[in-house]
Amino acid sequence: MSAQAITMLVISMLLLWGGLGLTILNLVRHPEALEEGSDQDSAQQGA
Amino acid sequence: MSKTPTRTQREGFSSRRVFIFAAIGSAVGLGNIWRFPYVAYDNGGGAFLIPYLVALLTAGLPILFFDYAIGHRARASSPLAFRRLNRKTEFIGWWHMGVNFIIAIYYAAIIAWAARYTFFSFNQAWGDDPQGFFFKEFLQIPDTPALTFDFVPGILFPILLIWVLLAIVMSLGVQKGVGQANVVFIPVLLIMFLLLVLYSLTLPGASAGLDALFTPDWSALTKPEVWVAAYGQIFFSLSVGFGIMVTYASYLKQKSDLSGTGAVVGFANSSFELLAGIGVFAALGFMASAAGTEVSEVATSGLGLAFIAFPTIISQAPGGAIIGFLFFGSLLFAGFTSIISVIEVMVAGIEDKFSLGRVRSTWLVILPIATLSVLFMSTTSGIFVLDILDNFINQFGILTVGLLSIIVVAYLLRGLPILADHVNERSSLKLGRIWMVLLAVITPLILGYSLINTLISLLQEPYEGYPDQLLNIFGWGMVALVLLAAIVVSFLPWSTRSRAALTPPAPPISGGKVQGDYQDPAANQLLKGDS
Repeated sequence: MSAQAITMLVISMLLLWGGLGLTILNLVRHPEALEEGSDQDSAQQGA
Repeated sequence: MSKTPTRTQREGFSSRRVFIFAAIGSAVGLGNIWRFPYVAYDNGGGAFLIPYLVALLTAGLPILFFDYAIGHRARASSPLAFRRLNRKTEFIGWWHMGVNFIIAIYYAAIIAWAARYTFFSFNQAWGDDPQGFFFKEFLQIPDTPALTFDFVPGILFPILLIWVLLAIVMSLGVQKGVGQANVVFIPVLLIMFLLLVLYSLTLPGASAGLDALFTPDWSALTKPEVWVAAYGQIFFSLSVGFGIMVTYASYLKQKSDLSGTGAVVGFANSSFELLAGIGVFAALGFMASAAGTEVSEVATSGLGLAFIAFPTIISQAPGGAIIGFLFFGSLLFAGFTSIISVIEVMVAGIEDKFSLGRVRSTWLVILPIATLSVLFMSTTSGIFVLDILDNFINQFGILTVGLLSIIVVAYLLRGLPILADHVNERSSLKLGRIWMVLLAVITPLILGYSLINTLISLLQEPYEGYPDQLLNIFGWGMVALVLLAAIVVSFLPWSTRSRAALTPPAPPISGGKVQGDYQDPAANQLLKGDS
């Protein structure tokens, strides 16, 4: 492999896989909020 | 008069983990495996990373958040979500339905091909001529492209089987069907594909393949078609702009971290594409090495890559049957989890519109699509129709409706600040002015330019040299019919039994303000009927 190709391979991995790692880390740091009841009660009938 | 509020049940995902699996399952599809590696190679190699990343960050993720906000705010299918956004934007949701309807017709056929090739891998049914086998024995295409109704049983029955399996999964509902299928299939897909990549990297010549893929051609960045390819890849790959993420986000819990979750989905999709590029081109490097040629001689388009190049590799490589099983099995799982999301857009829309219940809505969606799928895809002319549908629906379905929805919401409704507020109230990554500029200025400029460019080239030269009859029916005609149908259906009234008659979780938007006192006509009708 040429130096240019290796560089682009490494940059691609760092940016995309590194980006995935960071976004997962961000989500782990913000745990899912607990909600009471059936959350998918989306609407109320009538006015 | 006023009625006693009645809470209504709507099924959703049990957790954000299930949602993430489902959203990744939708995004990671056939395009990731058989399209991205070739698109990247053909559009600048390593240099393609730049337009691709730009497309992901300036259009993919911003539109993903945009879709999430619309779906989650309305807690409804795409037609009802856009109706709840503003009564006049309902047609966008029906346009989404039409786009997904077309995609489902041909996507099922490719999954059926992959299923058959998974088994072909064990006895290498293509012999020493994969190309001749694929076109002449398997697809049985005529010598000249023309519409035929000569059915090929070897394609017809697998397509039927795919539709039966889809009907079963979709009938089970959002959590037990869509959610659970993705929770099981996505890890299986990842493991299978990782094994394929690791094995491919051990083959002689793999480094030559990676060299071909990652060596940058910087001059490609000056070519508009390279940017068009990058945005097209992101759009079709990330499942943005055509209702899927609107629908899936509507199944998230009220307090869900929309932008944080969306960022994971976006990067997971692109991460898988990079993995696919490495695996596929390592294998192509081996193929070129075995044939004593350059990688440029063996790298072909998506179809050729999957159904001609890979069978060749399977025949030549040690343990070829394992490669075949892993490769076509991956295609099968990736395709199946994606088509689930395509069908879900329509099932959710029908459920909201007619209140038929899950099972009946599923059959109402699947029966007509499966019929068209069998009628046009299991004949000897199936591949021609597929190619035309795919090209036209990508350009004048996904890209066009994506562009239009952004312009309408950003400029006519002036609703982006309200959508940003909805996301920011519950999300870890805050959307501000940059998001709005990317969405309202940058994305429409690039998408608009891309569309005009593509339109001009298609008007100057028939797509792939297909006969006018085929292009007029399955290209231009199909695109016009989808748009016309969306507009007509959006004028049909919603019944008092539909979900439109229920008070939405958030009021509509007009002129940059929420319309707190607005009442949907279906709800008004319900009240009049009761008084």
